[in-house]
Amino acid sequence: MIDFTKYAGPNLGGVVNKLLDDRHSDYLGIKMDTPFTRVLVLLILGAAFSAFYRIVYGLGASTNLNDYWPWGLWISFDVLGGVAMAAGGFIIAAMVYILNWKKYKCIVRASILNAFFGYLLAAISICLDIGRSFVIWHPMVMWQVNSIMFIVAVHVVLYTSTLATESSPMVFEKLGLGRALNGVNRCMVGIVLFGVLLSLLHQSSLGAVYLIAPSKLSPLWYGKYIPYMFLVSAIMMGLSMVSFETILTGKVFNHAPPRDVLEGLARGIVVIGCIYIAMKVVHLVTGPGLGGLFRYGFLGFMWLLEMAVGAFIPVVLLMKKANRRNLHVLFAANILVIVGVLLNRLNVGIFAVSDFPNRVGGDYFPSFMELMLTSGMIAFAILGFKLCAKYLNLFPQTHH
Amino acid sequence: MTISRRGFLKGVASGGVVLATGVPAAEARMSKDLPPEAVGLLYDATLCVGCKSCMVNCKIQNSVPGGALYQQRMAAGVKEALFCTRPAVAEEPTSPPTYETTGIKGNEGIWDAPQDLTGDTISIIKVYRNGTGEKKDAPLNGYAFFKQQCLHCITPACASVCPAGAFRKDPVNGSVYYEAYRCIGCRYCQIACPFNVPRYEWDSPWPEVRKCQLCRHRFKEGKYSACAESCPTGATIFGKVTDLRAEAKKRFAMKPGTEYDFPIRTLTSGDTTLRKVAGYADRIFGLSEAGGTQNLMLSGISFDLLGFNKDVPNSALPDLTWAYIAKIPWVFLGVFLGGTTLHAITSRMHVNGKDKDKDKDKGEKHD
Ligand code: SF4
Ligand code: SF4
Ligand code: SF4
Repeated sequence: MIDFTKYAGPNLGGVVNKLLDDRHSDYLGIKMDTPFTRVLVLLILGAAFSAFYRIVYGLGASTNLNDYWPWGLWISFDVLGGVAMAAGGFIIAAMVYILNWKKYKCIVRASILNAFFGYLLAAISICLDIGRSFVIWHPMVMWQVNSIMFIVAVHVVLYTSTLATESSPMVFEKLGLGRALNGVNRCMVGIVLFGVLLSLLHQSSLGAVYLIAPSKLSPLWYGKYIPYMFLVSAIMMGLSMVSFETILTGKVFNHAPPRDVLEGLARGIVVIGCIYIAMKVVHLVTGPGLGGLFRYGFLGFMWLLEMAVGAFIPVVLLMKKANRRNLHVLFAANILVIVGVLLNRLNVGIFAVSDFPNRVGGDYFPSFMELMLTSGMIAFAILGFKLCAKYLNLFPQTHH
Repeated sequence: MTISRRGFLKGVASGGVVLATGVPAAEARMSKDLPPEAVGLLYDATLCVGCKSCMVNCKIQNSVPGGALYQQRMAAGVKEALFCTRPAVAEEPTSPPTYETTGIKGNEGIWDAPQDLTGDTISIIKVYRNGTGEKKDAPLNGYAFFKQQCLHCITPACASVCPAGAFRKDPVNGSVYYEAYRCIGCRYCQIACPFNVPRYEWDSPWPEVRKCQLCRHRFKEGKYSACAESCPTGATIFGKVTDLRAEAKKRFAMKPGTEYDFPIRTLTSGDTTLRKVAGYADRIFGLSEAGGTQNLMLSGISFDLLGFNKDVPNSALPDLTWAYIAKIPWVFLGVFLGGTTLHAITSRMHVNGKDKDKDKDKGEKHD
């Protein structure tokens, strides 16, 4: 290993040395210089380029957004989707720190970190999506409590800092800062509770953003209860995401996924999934009616697709106990849920608002720059997670 | 440490109570009443001859400092946004009118050729055409002109959703205006406006949202909306909203073919034009749409046919979000009380079940 005290002086160099000490994760066998990592780095560079281009030349030059489609891929996928993916963090934290379900403790760090990256992704993307990125802090000083966007902005800031605090013990541990570590750990319950509160509000307020647009969002998705449907689907997605990640990290890093934890998560997905299906079906029947699925043509198909992939199939799969124990089936079901809920966010953000614009001749398909930024952001999250797994003690219980 | 955590929880909980009583929130809620001196426009499509004088005058009169199309220098705009200061009016020279070439060959900014509302065009006259297009104001085989611009909602969705309060409603005259220095460019206003009015300057690296602001910058000089001022036929007239409503209702009730002295420019200008009433379709647009708007429209052809969004609800849109926002303080309270109780119970169970001698706060300690 390189000794950084030589280059950066004893103090700073010492800190860097400690941070880069990866002996404790040797057993995971994480290799940094792989073709996959190179692809990730390339994607991130691409995203950095489109971010630069976007800032210098404006939204018109870099995206296909227009007056009839003011929000596109970045808002639907990176922000709505990224935040939904992050829901696992608050659920697992609540289960471990508030309900004292200690069994899940071995995945709490990983899921909080995952949430942190989800939020980071959302925050960076929204920063580039807004036209005046440099004054993104305006809502913080210009309160406007009628605006859901204001509420969303406050939540993003508070919750990202909360997640950083929740993750900080890993870093303090690394640096041997015992006092700071103790301090954070003592307040952990309060911090987690605050995080739960913010998440409940934030996940639902992302749905509430659309409450103001009954004349634009298709009735297949619009409804008084859209905030709660966003919340419930995010919880379902969060559980799947954590489960998916636990299996995946088990596969690529050498450590065995804890079976009973995975089974518990799968049970959770079934329960929440059933609630979600009930909500969506009741909404469909009481709102546009079953006939709406046909009346709205393509949108009806998208609704069915999103529900089949994200809820019906995985819930039916996981109803069977044998399937919950089968890692392959579980893995597939998790992917289905994740894809399905992401599709839901894309539907709400892009397809469900297409009715009026289409009538007056508006059109939207993400530009190359938009796609490049989004894929780069995903790569950034994966790489970031990998780095943290290597350099921080991410799986404390399995560490021997 | 434990004490400080309890203190913290207590502080947050009591903060929640204050919020839950709704003191600050009640004041923040948007009004649904017409402002006392509310002014607006009445556009009567049956009088419009499609000369577009209004569009020309709108562009010219709004390209002055304070106008809705004024092009501020970027450096000044960035500085104001960073320092959060209201722009000083009339410091800079008038900007050239924002003519659109729309890619038409030979038009190098010589004449204005907008196709739609855009970041450069805040009012537009469009044409409806059907079949042979012979008869004015007939839906079949006819044609008609119609105007698009901001309708100055009584409870504007655009202002209610703006996270930085860049869109605001004047409490006296009711015009919905925009303060560029506040805007962050999230474009939530575009999503929220049920009439698709606000337009964005997509091509600018420091963009503004553009829309009609009722020429409020001219009110101070004792002038009124430029489009009404320049309309030769009285299709667009300016006036007090209550008067305009009465006028619109009167016209709407009149039998087609009746002769009527239509006022020109303003309701009280004294100038009129004698014309036969053409007959109106549908409804008076703006009485109930989105909770009512200050600008009203009359047309011989139904507004659905003209392409206006037909799904706009007849109630104030900000109410829909407010129902959600009003619950937030209760969520605060509920989660803190519920969370602490649950935590206390499960910790005790944990301690009792495992090791009774240990510190009660064990549940909070971690490796
Ligand atoms: S018409 Fe649209 S832009 Fe104008 S005040 Fe109403 S909501 Fe705002
Ligand atoms: S784009 Fe500007 S004016 Fe519109 S909602 Fe966002 S901050 Fe407000
Ligand atoms: S009132 Fe609006 S549409 Fe009419 S001239 Fe003024 S800015 Fe233009």
